[in-house]
Amino acid sequence: MPDGPLLKISAIDAFYGDFQAIFGVSLDVGIAQVVAVIGANGAGKSTLLNCIAGLVHPSAGEILFEDVATTNTPAFEAQKRGIALVPEGRRLFPSLTVEENLLIGGQSRRAGPWTLARVYELFPVLAERRNLPAPALSGGQQQMAAIGRALMGNPRLLLCDEISLGLAPIVVRDIYSRLPQITAEGLSLIIVEQDIVQALHAASHVYCLQEGRVALQGAARDLTREKISAAYFGV
Amino acid sequence: MQWPNVILQGVLIGGLYAMFAAGLSLIFGVMRLVNIAHGDLIVLAAYVSLMATQAFGMDPLTSLVLVVPIMALVGYALQRGLLNFTLGDDLLPPLLVTFGLSVIIQNGLLELFTADSRKLQAGAIEIQTFQLAQTLWIGALPLIQFAVAVAVIAGLQLLFYRTAFGRALRATSDDQSVAQLMGLDTRHIFAMAMALSLAVIAVAGVFLAVRANFDPAIGPARLIFAFEAVIIGGLGSMWGTLAGGIILGVSQAIGAQIDPGWQLLAGHIVFLAILAVRPQGLFPKVSG
Repeated sequence: MPDGPLLKISAIDAFYGDFQAIFGVSLDVGIAQVVAVIGANGAGKSTLLNCIAGLVHPSAGEILFEDVATTNTPAFEAQKRGIALVPEGRRLFPSLTVEENLLIGGQSRRAGPWTLARVYELFPVLAERRNLPAPALSGGQQQMAAIGRALMGNPRLLLCDEISLGLAPIVVRDIYSRLPQITAEGLSLIIVEQDIVQALHAASHVYCLQEGRVALQGAARDLTREKISAAYFGV
Repeated sequence: MQWPNVILQGVLIGGLYAMFAAGLSLIFGVMRLVNIAHGDLIVLAAYVSLMATQAFGMDPLTSLVLVVPIMALVGYALQRGLLNFTLGDDLLPPLLVTFGLSVIIQNGLLELFTADSRKLQAGAIEIQTFQLAQTLWIGALPLIQFAVAVAVIAGLQLLFYRTAFGRALRATSDDQSVAQLMGLDTRHIFAMAMALSLAVIAVAGVFLAVRANFDPAIGPARLIFAFEAVIIGGLGSMWGTLAGGIILGVSQAIGAQIDPGWQLLAGHIVFLAILAVRPQGLFPKVSG
């Protein structure tokens, strides 16, 4: 077992096209820890997740996953090492059925607790709709399928990008209520959220990004609303 | 009456066109690459078969056991070593590079094999026929060719919808970056798709070379037939591609029967008519 944190990001810079989205961000995630990253639109949250997942490569700094540098690892290899991303907007494969979407996530055959049966147990509605094309699902069901698809790769670190986006509050609560079942397996989680209440509730540690920099971080219970809004809006 | 015969021959050659088209539509579907060198690669397969038959005294159809894997390897290497670098948001670079490739293949073949017309000799099977009705005859070779085409199309359909590899191809076609997030190496998937495409046209190239004369310059016309069959059938549907090939084949056969000079023209006119009336093709894939 590695001695350090599961994920250690040290002072990375990253670009989104020609635009620098991340400036010297550092972040640690421990084993079985839930970390929230919050911030306004354009604060660099998604770019940060894309760096971890290997879709974007930082121009400076270092990312260590299980004490191994993954700074320039392509996304498909990062997934095989145990990093899974639930992308913003869900992005299921539209021409595949629900079950095929889940199977794609498991195609790398990483060993672990998550199987098709376990995902259906976590989200029973997906089992009922397994043979439907992915676009036939409601938004909340699509989000469940996107989470299930990522879990099928049996990740050690799950990255969730705005899972509440565009969903009714009751659906968001439903999905968040199942996160403990996911983290019970020793999985670490980074949730990127604009819904601060949800994020503070689910996470033990919070990072607040503002214009690509960490404006505030700390244990979720220590952060007051005032501190967060100051960091969020930069006022 | 000769019409049933004409239509039957058109249907049978349509199978060949469907094989040309299946490889082209596969590549476009998976990686949005329009392979201008497709027709020349068909001709290349014919020459590879010619070399195999000359070197080992093989029957052309037997030579498929060599030609198919060789062309698949060529496809994998071509994609991995060249075409992957041209892919991006812009459709133009792969178009230009495959256009250049087309010129290189044609001139390379010209240099190696001269401009002489060649034909592969398949022996007795070429002239065997069966009588279906009083005035209706069917050749053994066209029949085998059509049966192989149907089998290839059915095989591709099964591969796409029943195997993990097919699932990966469809997922990559839907969303490349999410496919990578799922652990799929898209560079490898693209190369496998090109290998599959060239394996299919290897079969088509050998049948083409058995049924008619070929020389290094006939590739671009095969590319046009492939395009027309894909567009008539509708992108994304393998059975639609087979139907497109058959419609093109029958149109050409009918045109040729009216006047030998009208063979190609009739095919193009039917293609243009379908493009005008139903631009999405006859059997388009229902989009998600």
